[in-house]
Amino acid sequence: MSLNTNYSRSEASALSRNNLAYHLYRLMNRPERILGFLCLAVLGVLVLVPLFEIVHDSFVYQSYDLAYRPDAKVGAFTLFHLERVFTGPLSKALFLKPLLNSVGIGVCVTILGVGIGSGLAWLLVRTDIRFKGVFGALVVVPYMMPSWVLALAWLSLFKNDRIGGTEGMFTSFFGVQPPDWVSYGFFPIVICLALHYFAYGYLLMSGALATVDSELEEAGAICGLNRRQRLWRITLPLLLPALGSAVVLTFIRILGTFGTPALLGLPVRFYTFSTQIYASLNARNSGDAYVLALVLIVMAITFIWINSRIIGIRKSFVTLTGKGFRQREIGLGAWRWPATIAVAAFVAVTVLLPLLILLWESLVITPGEYSLQGLTAHFWVGESDTDIAYGEPGIVHSPGILTALWNSIKLGVLAAVCNGLFGLMVGYAAVRGRGTLLSRWLEGVAFAPYIFPSIALGAIYIGMFSTPWGPLPALYGTFTILVLITVVKNLPFTSRTGIAAMLQIDKSLEETARVQGIGWFRRMAKIVIPMSTSGLIAGMLLTFITTMRELSLIILLLSPANMVLTGLIFNYNEQDMTQHSGAVTLLLVMIIVGVNLLVRVFTGGAGLSGLRST
Amino acid sequence: MEEIHLTGIRKSYGKEVAVRHLDLTIAPGAFLTILGPSGCGKTTTLRLIAGLEEPEMGEIRFGDRVVFSRREGVIVPPERRNLGLIFQSYALWPHMTVERNITLALKEQHLNSREISERLEAALEKVQMTPYQFRYPSELSGGQQQRVAVARLIASRSSILLMDEPLSNLDAKLRTEMRGELKRLHLDLEATTIYVTHDQIEALTLSDIVVVMDQGEIKQQGTPYDIYHHPENLFVADFIGDPRVNRIAGTIRQKNGAIGLDCGDLWLPIAKDPPPNARDLIATVRPESIKVSTEAKEDWLKVTLESVQPTGADTILQARSENTSITMLQPGFIRMDIGDPLWIDFDAESLNFFDVDSEANLFN
Repeated sequence: MSLNTNYSRSEASALSRNNLAYHLYRLMNRPERILGFLCLAVLGVLVLVPLFEIVHDSFVYQSYDLAYRPDAKVGAFTLFHLERVFTGPLSKALFLKPLLNSVGIGVCVTILGVGIGSGLAWLLVRTDIRFKGVFGALVVVPYMMPSWVLALAWLSLFKNDRIGGTEGMFTSFFGVQPPDWVSYGFFPIVICLALHYFAYGYLLMSGALATVDSELEEAGAICGLNRRQRLWRITLPLLLPALGSAVVLTFIRILGTFGTPALLGLPVRFYTFSTQIYASLNARNSGDAYVLALVLIVMAITFIWINSRIIGIRKSFVTLTGKGFRQREIGLGAWRWPATIAVAAFVAVTVLLPLLILLWESLVITPGEYSLQGLTAHFWVGESDTDIAYGEPGIVHSPGILTALWNSIKLGVLAAVCNGLFGLMVGYAAVRGRGTLLSRWLEGVAFAPYIFPSIALGAIYIGMFSTPWGPLPALYGTFTILVLITVVKNLPFTSRTGIAAMLQIDKSLEETARVQGIGWFRRMAKIVIPMSTSGLIAGMLLTFITTMRELSLIILLLSPANMVLTGLIFNYNEQDMTQHSGAVTLLLVMIIVGVNLLVRVFTGGAGLSGLRST
Repeated sequence: MEEIHLTGIRKSYGKEVAVRHLDLTIAPGAFLTILGPSGCGKTTTLRLIAGLEEPEMGEIRFGDRVVFSRREGVIVPPERRNLGLIFQSYALWPHMTVERNITLALKEQHLNSREISERLEAALEKVQMTPYQFRYPSELSGGQQQRVAVARLIASRSSILLMDEPLSNLDAKLRTEMRGELKRLHLDLEATTIYVTHDQIEALTLSDIVVVMDQGEIKQQGTPYDIYHHPENLFVADFIGDPRVNRIAGTIRQKNGAIGLDCGDLWLPIAKDPPPNARDLIATVRPESIKVSTEAKEDWLKVTLESVQPTGADTILQARSENTSITMLQPGFIRMDIGDPLWIDFDAESLNFFDVDSEANLFN
C-alpha cells in the first residue's frame, strides 16, 4: 500500500520535499547502518578492488609486456597474458607442470594428512588410549609452528651436494649422499606438509567426533551390527560432512602454501603454483603471476563451492542436544599400549625431532660438521666475527635479527588489535542489522579473503599497491601494506568472533542506554566494547600467533627495510647460513608456543579450537 | 506531565502488519495499560512510543512536542525523548555494579556529582536496595534485579514511564508485591505511565485506563470497570475474566410479552430494546453473576454438575443442561458431587449481547 494514498496532493508534495531530510534522520537513527556502509566501503577497497584490478590487468597490455610485444599498446585489451600462460611455448613450464605438481602434492598431502589426523582424532577422542591430555596438547604444536619448520629440519638432515653448500646430518653420519628424490622435490614436500597439516585435519575431525552421540552407535549394536559394520554404516556417514570439509579445506591450503615448496623445491627447479608465482614476479613477468594467481582463486572458489554443496545437501549430522548424549570410550584391549607408544613416537618425530635437529644445527660451529665437540653458543649470543658466517653476529647482538624480531611482534600486535576492532565493528554492523541486505553483503565480503590462497592475495596486493590508487599512496615496500594484508587475511576469522561476541550482547542492553539518553559513541565505549573484550581477546591472540608464523602471505611484500622473522629465516636459508636460520626459527617457535600458553590461560584451553578456523 | 498522542500509526515488519492504523490519546498523569495476547502489537506500540522502532506513517506527540511525524519528516531519536523504560528482562548491564547501573546515564548527562549521589540514594532507599549497591547483577536474585531496574527509572525522574511486562519473570507472590510498588512509583513520580502486559489481573488492578489490543488493532479502550462489565465486542468479553465468560448462542424471540434470547434449553432475558434487525446473537454471562441454588426454584433452570474446582476463596462449578455447558463461580470452598443437581438463574442487567457477524455489543 503506497503511502501517498493517505495524503492529499499538496500533502504528498510536501512529503516528497521532506523526504531527503526524513531519510537522513532515519539513517542517523541507525548507527549500525552507517558503520556497515563504512566497513563495506573499506572492505571493498581492500578486498574487491584488488581482485578486479588483477582481473583487469590480466586482460590488458601492461608496460612490461613491451619487451615481448614492442608494438603493443599499453592499456589495450589482449589475451596475451592468457596465451602466454595457457597455450604458449612456455605454458608447460609456467602452468602445466606447476599445476600437476600442486595438484599432485595437494592430493597426496590431503589423503595422508586427513588420514593421519582423523586416525589420531579417533584415537584421542573415542578410545581409552593413555595420556590423552598430553597428546592432545602436543599434537597441535606442529600446526602452531610455521609450516616450513619441518622442511628446514628435513634439509638439515637430508640435503645433498646437488646445490653445493654444506653437508646434511645424514651425509655427515653415514658418509653417503641421499638421492635427489629424497632430499628435494615431490617426496619431501609431501612428507613435510603432511606432517604439518595432519594437525589441521585433527582439529577439524576431533571437533566432529566429540559431538557424535554414541547412543547412535549403540542402537546399531542392538540391531545386530558388529563393530566394523557400525563404523562403516553409522559412524562414517555421520562424519562425512566434517570429513568432506577437512579434505576440501586442507587441499585449498596446500594449493596456496609457499614455504615448504620453496625450501624443498626451488633448489631442483620443482615448481608449484605458489613458487611459480614467486619466481615470475621476481623475473618481472607480473602478467604470468597474476594469471596464475587467478587460476588459484578460481580453483579455491570451486572447491569451496563443492564443500558447501557437500555440507548443504546433507546438512550437519552432528547431534547438538545435551540430553541423552553420551560418549562411551571404545576399549582398545591388547592394542592399548602399542597404540599409546605409536602415538608417542609419532608426536616425538613430528614435534620434538625437528626442534632438536634445528637446535643442534644452531649450535654447530662449522657448517656440516655435526660432532659433539664442535658445538658453540655463538649463533645465539656471540658477537660479530668475520670468520664465522660472513660476520653475522649471534641473535642477541644482531641488529638485523633484533629488528626483524621487533617487526614481527609489531606486525603481530598491530594486526591483532586492528583486526579485533575491525572485526567487532563488522560484527556490530552485521548483527544489529541482521536480515538486511547490507548486513548480508558485509558478512559475505568479510569472508571473501578466506578463499584467496595466501600467495595469490600477496600477488594481488603487489599489483594494486605498486602504484598510487586514489587517495592511497603506493604502499609497496612499506610496513603499512604488511599490516593491511595481514588484517584482511585474518578478517574472516575475527569477524566471526566479532559476530559471536555481539550476539552475546542482547539488543535490550543498548536500547536501555539509548532510552536513558546515552549516545552511540558513549554506548560503544561504556557498554559494547567492555562486554566484548573477553570474547575478542582469544581471537586477537590467535591472530597474533598466525601472523608471527606467516610467510606465504607476505613473502612477496617484504623488503629489506621491513623484514620480519619468517622472511629473515627464508633469506638465511637461501644464503646457506644454516645455523642462523635454525636459531632464529627456534626463537620464533618459542615465542609462538609461549603466546599459545597465554591463550590457554585466558580461555582455559578453549582457545585452541579456534585454530581450526585459521 | 504531558499528554501523549498517537495518530494514524502504522507499523509493519515486511509483509506482516504489527500495528494497524492506531489512534490513542493518553491523559497526563494516567496509568494506561495495553493488554492483549501475544503478537497483538502491544510491545510494538510501546517501542514506537519509545522511539526504538519507527512507524511507517502517522504522528506521535508528547504534549506540544512532535517526536515523530512522517508528514513533517521529524524523527526524534530515543536518546532525546526523555522517557523511562523498564524491559521485561530488566536489561541491567552485567559488567557494572548496581550503583553504576543506576548512575551511568546521569553521569553521561553531566549532572553534578552531588545531584547524582542524592538521586542514587533516594532511588536505592525507595526500592530498599541500599545494602546491595556494590553488587553485580549476576549476584542478585530476579526480584532484586527488578528492583534495580525500577531504581534506575526512579533516578531518571522522567515524566513518562514505559513498562514492558516488568513482572512476568517474577514468581506469583513477588508479582503481587511488586504490583503495588509499581503503582506507588507512578503516583510518587507524578508520571504518565504506559504499562504493557498479557496478564489481565495486572491490567485491572493497576490501571486508570485499559486498552485491549488484538492483531494490531485497539478492540476497546476504557476503565477497568467498563472493560469488564461493558465489553464492546466478543474479543474483549472473551479475553477479560478468569474463569472465562460463558458464551451462549441464540435467537431473539418474544415470550410472555417480554423479549429474550431463545438458546434452546435456556431462555435469557434482554433488559433493553434490541435494534430492529437483530436476530441471531451471542450472549455472554460472567460466571460470578449467575445465581445458583442447591434447592429447586420455580422458573429457574435445572442443570447437572460436571466438575467442582475449589480455588480457595471461590469455587468454579461446571454444569450442563442438555446441550449447553455453563461455568459458574461461587464464593467459598464448596464440596459437592458430580451429578448433583443445581438450579440457576440469570440477572438481565449482567448479560451482554453480541451480533453473531460483527461481534459488536448490541447495546454500547
